Amino acid sequence: MMMHSLNKHARMLTAGAALSLLLMAGAPAFAETPADTLVEGWAIDDIITMDPGEAFELSTAEVTANTYSYLVRLDLNDTSKVVGDLAESWTVSDDGLTYTFKLKPGLKFASGNPVTAEDVAYSFERVVKLDKSPAFILTQFGLTGDNVTEKAKAADETTFVFTVDKAYAPSFVLNCLTATVGSVVDKKVVLEHVKAVTPSEEYKYDNDFGNEWLKTGYAGSGAFTMREWRANEVVVMERNDNYYGEKAPLARVIYRHMKESSGQRLALEAGDIDVARNLEPGDFDAVAKNGDLKTTSAPKGTLYYFSLNQKNQNLAKPEVAEAFKYLVDYDAIGSTLIKGIGEIHQTFLPKGVLGELDENPYKLDVAKAKELLAKAGLADGFSVTMDVRNTQPITGIAESIQQTLAQANIKMEIIPGDGKQTLTKYRARTHDIYIGQWGQDYFDPNSNAETFTVNPDNSDEGKVKTLAWRNAWDVPKEWTEQSKAALLEKDAAKRAEMYKDLQKKVLANSPFVIIFQQTEVAGYRGNLKGFKLGPSFDTNYVFNVSKE
Amino acid sequence: MTLPETTQLAGRRRARANGWAGNALRFLVIIVTTYLGLLAVTFFIGRVIPIDPVLAILGDRAPTHVVERTRELLGFNKPLYQQFYIYVRDALTGNFGTSVLTTNPVMADIRRVFPATLELATLGTIIGSLIGVPLGVLAAVKRGSIADQIVRVIGLVGYSVPIFWLALLSLLLFYARLKWVAFPGRIDIVYEYSFTPVTGLYLIDSAWQGQWDVFRDVFRHIILPAGLLGYFSLAYISRMTRSFMLNELAQEYIVAARAKGLSESRIIWVHALRNAAVPLVTVIALSYAGLLEGSVLTETVFAWPGLGLYITNSLQNADMNAVLGGTIVIGSVFIAINILSDLLYRTLDPRTRAR
Repeated sequence: MMMHSLNKHARMLTAGAALSLLLMAGAPAFAETPADTLVEGWAIDDIITMDPGEAFELSTAEVTANTYSYLVRLDLNDTSKVVGDLAESWTVSDDGLTYTFKLKPGLKFASGNPVTAEDVAYSFERVVKLDKSPAFILTQFGLTGDNVTEKAKAADETTFVFTVDKAYAPSFVLNCLTATVGSVVDKKVVLEHVKAVTPSEEYKYDNDFGNEWLKTGYAGSGAFTMREWRANEVVVMERNDNYYGEKAPLARVIYRHMKESSGQRLALEAGDIDVARNLEPGDFDAVAKNGDLKTTSAPKGTLYYFSLNQKNQNLAKPEVAEAFKYLVDYDAIGSTLIKGIGEIHQTFLPKGVLGELDENPYKLDVAKAKELLAKAGLADGFSVTMDVRNTQPITGIAESIQQTLAQANIKMEIIPGDGKQTLTKYRARTHDIYIGQWGQDYFDPNSNAETFTVNPDNSDEGKVKTLAWRNAWDVPKEWTEQSKAALLEKDAAKRAEMYKDLQKKVLANSPFVIIFQQTEVAGYRGNLKGFKLGPSFDTNYVFNVSKE
Repeated sequence: MTLPETTQLAGRRRARANGWAGNALRFLVIIVTTYLGLLAVTFFIGRVIPIDPVLAILGDRAPTHVVERTRELLGFNKPLYQQFYIYVRDALTGNFGTSVLTTNPVMADIRRVFPATLELATLGTIIGSLIGVPLGVLAAVKRGSIADQIVRVIGLVGYSVPIFWLALLSLLLFYARLKWVAFPGRIDIVYEYSFTPVTGLYLIDSAWQGQWDVFRDVFRHIILPAGLLGYFSLAYISRMTRSFMLNELAQEYIVAARAKGLSESRIIWVHALRNAAVPLVTVIALSYAGLLEGSVLTETVFAWPGLGLYITNSLQNADMNAVLGGTIVIGSVFIAINILSDLLYRTLDPRTRAR
């Protein structure tokens, strides 16, 4: 009797299982994304806003580059130059202060509104008045909330005039305009969505210039429109049929948030995504060996380095700083930990930027390092800590450095932490050694030159908090001067030389040990055509991609 | 002296009314202190962690003056107790602040992510109870047999194997190798834009709208994570069922029932299980509440956009408004489930009603 009743239950269970199988069956054995849709698996958890006047994150830079237009863009064939995007041509006045941009005729926003010089002026105005994180890229040219409507204004329907406060190198000004913050927004559309604000001491204006709406909204004229962004889930872009250039072959591009390399690889192999963007060396190798898949890579402007806080008396000795440069096993790191995802690079300007210097003089040389330490009176070594964020390849590199330092009797303790935790400490200048990455703020040599060589006030109250300041490094005055002079050098070739010289000095004598430059990699399905990674984060274009 | 019967009755009624009021009051005090405690602990932990919340909002590259301005705007320069007061005051009016990460009001976010967790946890609990209870009964009835041993091993594995490991392995097997189930996530992107959820419970929504292809797709997404969660609650439920049943089967009324000549299946399923059901409800309710908390690891591995993943992401980004909001929701879930199981108790066990 009892068995009978258990059997009854067993029957129900079997029936349930059969039903489940029925529901799962009939699914295609090989999943495939729709033919008109590109699906990328990508860690997009850095996105906090889609407003181009506020966004300063790498993932947003890529989305914006595909959905908005700028006055000028980086020339993909030679990234030390720019080409016109909305601008058909531009001239610089003889005194180097006035830039006049002529817009291409007949341009339209995705909304159908015409693109006019008014829109460009409004885009500048809102960036400067909102004064969010990336605003300094424009305000460094002397723009303020009070003068921006004068300094950045429409002369007529298609002529935009931009006046800067010093005779900067034109390459510097134009490079800055290729940054996300230079996106041109649809004034009419934004004005429909502005929110009233009560002016206060911190914020003098009576509206938010559409900031709240644009955080998740869209008002651009790029090859794609941004349909939706859900934090940590998805970004959806759709083809913009009003785009002035060649229309994108794909109707839709979806960035799916996926954090794990292994998960991306699985999904790529199964065909659930077309592109995997965060592959670690092991998974990248496996993808490269798979006949259905392809891989691509491109160097990016991000440097990985560690730096020595000059408040620490041992680390402040110049011989010690030099010894550290000899105590990194660059070859081993290059051939294992960062294989395929980076290449050894020891100077502060990444490859591809005007003035890059491809010199990597340092090698692992324990004897030489010991000699230098003895000279500093530290032949018996010393103890020191390093703040390390819990992520690869940073952790692996830190462990490698720990071992090589031990060979010279330096006992280094690794303090693991979450990225924001180590950064908080770094910014408060309470670390000994910090290891991390640095990405350019905009695609111009000044971005890195400034942070690595300018520190006007080394006190804790210092206002210019560059990397040099964070490490309490009192940069020699002439170097700071040289960095500033390069900013005003009109001749691009001469300007490049000045940066090369500066890099040699920093390489020889600074508390920065730069290890490698990031290479961005991607694995993608073999049926994709035209998928390429660009030379910078805001040039990973998808409007040329198609499917076979 | 004996009181007239009516007076006696009235007195009892009054006493019971007082009892009710007292109960309700005690209950209210418990709820309020629980919430305040929850808020205070989470709030102060959130403020003492060595992470600068402004850094979380602005990222590493924001210029100094923007950082200072933001700090001021958000009130982080005020003393802690003032910040706490402001937070509690706003929370009482239903304003839990805005999430840094998603830029939405926290409650709007939670309204979006909670149904995902609710659906997963409910299905998991259903699977766990439907399989766990019969298994437990089987183990108790056939105590010491091979069946009992097998159930024990199943339970032990469920107890001791880390869920993320099992999740990854099952993904490898059922998704990558066998292709029985769908890719992590709740729904295929193909359907994402042709399907408008109403309640946020996709299975119910798609069935309601008669979109059976969507229903099948959602089912293929949910079955593996729900099955895993089900397995884990099964492990717990079957063990508890076994011990409750053993307890009941040793009672005298069982002997009486046997003597009366009742069928064995009636004795087990109707008499014994009915009595074991009372404590079992608490067990199932607690395991359900545990799953509703958002099973962080399962949601991470299966990219399930639920409460667990939301709170973890927020924590990692020092998004304290979102963490606090999520904590309150979890607190509410626990309180609600406790009340619910209390009510169920009363229905199942007439003796608790009299008290």
